[in-house]
Amino acid sequence: MDAQTIRSLVAIFLAAILTENYVLNKFLGICPFLGVSKKLDTAFGMSCAVTVVMVIATAVTWPIYMYILVPNGLEYLQTLVFILVIAALVQLLETVLRKYMPPLYNSLGIYLPLITTNCAVLGVTMLVLEKGAADPSFGYVQSLVNAFGSGIGFLVAMLLFAGVRERLEDCDIPKTFQGLPITLVAASLVAVSFLGFNGVVDRLAG
Amino acid sequence: MDILTPILIVGIIGLLAGVVLAVASIVMAVPKDEKAEALEAILPGANCGACGYSGCSGYAAAMAKGEAAPGLCSPGGAAVAAQCGEILGSGAVEMEKKSAFVHCLGSEDNTTQKMEYDGLESCTAASLLNGGGSSCRFGCLGLGDCMAVCDYGAIQVCSGLAVIDTDKCVACGKCVAACPKGLIKLAPVKAVAVVRCSNCDKGKDTMQACKVGCIGCMKCQRTCEAGAVTVQNGLASVDSEKCTGCGKCAEACPRHVITMSPLGLG
Repeated sequence: MDAQTIRSLVAIFLAAILTENYVLNKFLGICPFLGVSKKLDTAFGMSCAVTVVMVIATAVTWPIYMYILVPNGLEYLQTLVFILVIAALVQLLETVLRKYMPPLYNSLGIYLPLITTNCAVLGVTMLVLEKGAADPSFGYVQSLVNAFGSGIGFLVAMLLFAGVRERLEDCDIPKTFQGLPITLVAASLVAVSFLGFNGVVDRLAG
Repeated sequence: MDILTPILIVGIIGLLAGVVLAVASIVMAVPKDEKAEALEAILPGANCGACGYSGCSGYAAAMAKGEAAPGLCSPGGAAVAAQCGEILGSGAVEMEKKSAFVHCLGSEDNTTQKMEYDGLESCTAASLLNGGGSSCRFGCLGLGDCMAVCDYGAIQVCSGLAVIDTDKCVACGKCVAACPKGLIKLAPVKAVAVVRCSNCDKGKDTMQACKVGCIGCMKCQRTCEAGAVTVQNGLASVDSEKCTGCGKCAEACPRHVITMSPLGLG
């Protein structure tokens, strides 16, 4: 792998975290973002599960799309097939973890089924194909790096926001804003702050 | 015939996924804790959380591991505690029956209405509006938020006052959380004195608000030989651990606001 490829992979990775963050820029995966970001440790567990599932899902759906759906002209089936495959995959992952890594299973336990067909996971697998269609150099490896970066981006967003929410707990919030309203306001502010990264990655990739 | 290809492909993918999952679940089956399963079957399955665990399965798992004692399940009561004890081999378990008690006697006969409340039929809504319609700012509003959350039909509202049937009550604690005035507390059902008032106002203000409210006269505290009754902020409270159930404080109370638990209205 030459320097140019590595550089482009790093750019893809950073872009997935910062400028194309699935939660804060694309607004996918909002339900776990709001639901499980109350505490730092649960947010971390959930994000790890999402990252793992994103990478594995992309690893499986990309070949299915390229080598089964496209040759048969069945691109329109991608949503259906992807949901089917990802759901089965998460179930399989759960079984494997329960058998071989009980501590990890116990810490991820509840979150794994929750993200079976999380919109962020489905989004990563589908949007990566659009990128591949627009740019022929965006292949399998790039897709995997993009998926991993998206997962890390989800993790960063969750951890940042969990920190924000833990601080919100101590604040004297007007009654009408308590609960979800103030959470949404805080989320929008965090999202706006992420807009500041636009352009940074383009420079890096040079 | 074009439709056959997509049907076949999706069908085969689904079939493959199903077969892989089925094989995986057999090959990688994890033996479940039989004890925990048996315990979970006994528990009521209401997942109320009164035991302090996330649900009945969480409590069963904790009991099977020996981290939790049987007898924490108040909806199940003594019967469930005994069965759990049998499975765990720890023998019979004594379980104190608890019940919720309304710490107020402010029915329509005893209090007046300071305004005509004509809003939502909910204590929470009414209490937001200048504390609700009752002349006592601490008292029961009688709109039945507690009655609505009770799964066991143990709470009735009689002439503007919530009344709990201690026989039906399983002490799940839902009404405790539902009462916006914080009038409901859990206490053991034994011969124990219960102060049926939550009014912390000065004696004179309490008298104006309610015919029976606690005025903080200290008579009960002086009468009690066990030191179980204390008066703070113009309100008596009974420590059910210390209370011997002699009933002297109830006799001494000039406002008749102390009742004996199994004898009272509950």
